[in-house]
Amino acid sequence: MSWALALMQTALFVAGAPLLAGWIKRVKCRLQNRRAPPVTQPYRDLVRLFRKELLLPEESSWLFRAAPYVIFGAMVLAAAVVPLVALRLPTAEIADVIVLVGFFALARFFQALAGMDIGTAFGGMGASREMTIASLAEPALLMAVFTLAMSAGTTDLSVAIERILGSGLVIRPSFVFAFFGLLLVAIAETGRIPVDNPATHLELTMIHEAMVLEYSGRHLALIEWASQIKFMIYAVLITNIFLPWGIAMGFGAGALALGAAAVTVKLAALAALLAVSETLLAKMRLFSVPQFLGFAYLLCLLGMLSHVILEVGG
Amino acid sequence: MSLSLAEWAVLGALASGLLGLAADRYPVPVKFVCFTLLGLSGLGAVLGGGDALLHAVTAVQTLPLGLPWLHWHLRVDPLSGFFLVVIGIVTVAVSLYGPGYVREYEHGRQSTAALYLFTGLFVAAMQLVVIADDAFAFLVAWELMSLSSYFLVAYQHQHAANRRAAFLYLLMAEVGALAILLAFGVLAAFGGGFSFEAMRGAALTPVWASVAFALALFGFGMKAGLAPLHIWLPQAHPAAPSHISALMSGVMLKVAIYGLIRFVFDLLGGPRWDWGLVLLLAGSASALLGVLYALMQHDLKRLLAYHSVENVGIICMGLGLAMIFAGTGHPRLAVLGLVAALYHTLNHALFKGLLFLGAGAVLQRSHEGDLERMGGLIRRMPVTALFFLIGCISISALPPFNGFVSEWLTFQAALQAPALHSGVLRALIPVTAAVLALTGALAAACFVKVYGVAFLGRARSRHVRHAREVDLGMRAGQGLLAALCLVFGVLPTFTVQALEPIAHQLLGRGLPSASVQGWLWLTPVSPQTASYAAPLVLAGMFLFGGVMFALLNARRRTRAVRRTVPWTCGFGPLDARMQYTSTAFTHPIRRIFRPVWEVHEEVEETRDPAQPLRLTGLRYQLHIEDRSWRTLYEPLGRWVTAAARRVGKIQTGSVRTYLAYSLFTLLVLLWLVT
Repeated sequence: MSWALALMQTALFVAGAPLLAGWIKRVKCRLQNRRAPPVTQPYRDLVRLFRKELLLPEESSWLFRAAPYVIFGAMVLAAAVVPLVALRLPTAEIADVIVLVGFFALARFFQALAGMDIGTAFGGMGASREMTIASLAEPALLMAVFTLAMSAGTTDLSVAIERILGSGLVIRPSFVFAFFGLLLVAIAETGRIPVDNPATHLELTMIHEAMVLEYSGRHLALIEWASQIKFMIYAVLITNIFLPWGIAMGFGAGALALGAAAVTVKLAALAALLAVSETLLAKMRLFSVPQFLGFAYLLCLLGMLSHVILEVGG
Repeated sequence: MSLSLAEWAVLGALASGLLGLAADRYPVPVKFVCFTLLGLSGLGAVLGGGDALLHAVTAVQTLPLGLPWLHWHLRVDPLSGFFLVVIGIVTVAVSLYGPGYVREYEHGRQSTAALYLFTGLFVAAMQLVVIADDAFAFLVAWELMSLSSYFLVAYQHQHAANRRAAFLYLLMAEVGALAILLAFGVLAAFGGGFSFEAMRGAALTPVWASVAFALALFGFGMKAGLAPLHIWLPQAHPAAPSHISALMSGVMLKVAIYGLIRFVFDLLGGPRWDWGLVLLLAGSASALLGVLYALMQHDLKRLLAYHSVENVGIICMGLGLAMIFAGTGHPRLAVLGLVAALYHTLNHALFKGLLFLGAGAVLQRSHEGDLERMGGLIRRMPVTALFFLIGCISISALPPFNGFVSEWLTFQAALQAPALHSGVLRALIPVTAAVLALTGALAAACFVKVYGVAFLGRARSRHVRHAREVDLGMRAGQGLLAALCLVFGVLPTFTVQALEPIAHQLLGRGLPSASVQGWLWLTPVSPQTASYAAPLVLAGMFLFGGVMFALLNARRRTRAVRRTVPWTCGFGPLDARMQYTSTAFTHPIRRIFRPVWEVHEEVEETRDPAQPLRLTGLRYQLHIEDRSWRTLYEPLGRWVTAAARRVGKIQTGSVRTYLAYSLFTLLVLLWLVT
């Protein structure tokens, strides 16, 4: 029963990810006085890509063809671990939050290798930039995670959220710092403005797109879908850890419906916030990104220290 | 049983070495006999060590060797059993790999007899170190290990760089051995004997205990390659033949870790938290510096050597955490740290051995050690490429391979810091955990670089373009280690259970919480705190990726997949020089962490004198040096030379002066005696 529910939640997660991307696009278009595509546009794009012919670059090896499946598998597995609607699902115990970061790293590793595989300058450029940014973002991410883990006494996401819920509405300084730190890291890791622009194909500024430039057809569809799932995982992490109210503790129909409704509202609000910030900000230079991530790291460190000094006491 | 197996293993390795002396007369049969004996010796070490480890056997024996009043004491217990297993596994892989690899040296300028002799001695000495039970046998074996590996580093001595590397290695090994000798001396003085049994009973004052710890840390740290004592490592490892590099980096550094654990946890009578803090900080520094220096290398074997510095740092972080927790009265958490460190020790032996064997395969087939001249090897050497990829994933600590499990355990140990009373420690330990996170992420970047530049893309030189796959034995050696990387990554609960006897032996308790939920779930502290189901992760990856693959490729497509030219911005055909090189790949990281290295970067432009705006030539030079050379070793070297010059003034060359010195010394000695 609980395993079936967990599978259903994963399916919901995977199926809902393009919707979130569509929603952001829609809000952004509205803010920029453009005509918005329907929120289902990402689904149409995916279907179109799945149907299109697959082209492979000349010099590519088996790794180039295997990478999309590895990336997609890792992302779906990561989605299975994150509590979306309900807590205490058995899949949450497969991996804790450190393993979750490991899944992201695995997907990124294969993405970067696939970029290097085709033997063009773009692939190498994208791989180099992506790995550089990731190597700065990952410690900041883990730092934020450690703050939460230390105050909740666990790295298991489901248990941590339950303990945060149990402690009631207290504004802890460590959580405030970690929240903002995690927000910045999420922007960098999911390749959003101001770190990267998913819509650009300008040679000088591409990061993520440069690696996937040679992908087409179903491979590209899988990679696009995986990055939408990744975006949704970050969004769910931020909302469900810092604002966990509404998430279902039991498996009753009412609780699950409430949980689904709550997470939808929270995600929609967060995505709207992101759309506003993307409208207001411009993409920054590549070499300003370390400062941006350094700031994120500092926030996470402050969160950790304020937890150790202010909240544990003694 | 386990001890006699271990002794047979030592004898087997010795016999392999001695038989190797006949290699000049009967090259082919001797080669196979030597490597077979070496493999049997490795197998014996695995069986003997495994028996001691799994059944928690402790066996002692005294051999009538050595000094008249101090026979050699040998002992196998779970700790030495574990290290015997580590030595054995890599030895077996090397003995499979060796016959194919040494073919390159058979027609070279050196006799292969020396290679076989010192390889046998080296393996025997390492096995002997871990079963020695008194300081005398330990140091004899230790010196034998250092000396035989010195000759292996110097094997290709026609290159001046190799001779220099070997000398530096010998020098530092001897300085380290001196420190170890003194550390044992402190213990022997208080314990009244050279056997480890007597040392265990030594009642040291805190100051002397700290002195002994500092000496041991210096001595063993030098051998293990803790920064800043690592300087010999990136020079010696590339100089040795690749299967020896695999043994040195995969195993010999572990023997130094064994020495440290044996000394601190067993002989010194329990660790103290402040020593643990020192080790934790040294380990973090080593891990971070190691990976940052590795990133800047483009010689494959040198890069791997710097990664050994990093991984030894990670092992020491685990040990440091164990000591902190043990010293503050949290034995359960100390066990967690110790298990993490031991697990990483095993993992590093496996994947670093694998990577060095892979680097050797590339080196043999393309005669290229420089990443900047490789490329596209995945098509020329598909099997080696697959195994090397497994090694890269493992060392980058990515799930579900083995490197991830041990780093995860180290993180879990670090996250238990709130249990401590000291606020400083509570704040410092998570910061070191963040350093570990940075290290892991940078290691992943480094191995994307290595794999992407060496194995993917287009070949950058002619030899690499025509490289061929290596023979079956060499593939088997790599395959064994690659398979073990996956096995130990997917079955962590069994591994942690197997490591428990060591924790019982050293800390008096095990880690029963690790497998309370069955073999699927690794729960190091408690199921509520953290859990990791590695088999399910692997299954899930296959399930989700595989289902997608099946769905998308179910329809038999009528046409084959078309291959096209990649996008080149509209310029002509692609060539290999358009690809990102290793130097280009790490350029952003070099810019961000610039102060870490000593970077000399020069751009020379030549311009057309008639049109000064027109560039006719561009020359780019980049040298990156290890900062510790300039800041630590060169001043030290200068100081030693200056001191020697000053002492040299008493050397007058006249016989009368020397006679006066002798008389004077005699008088002083007589005065001392009376």
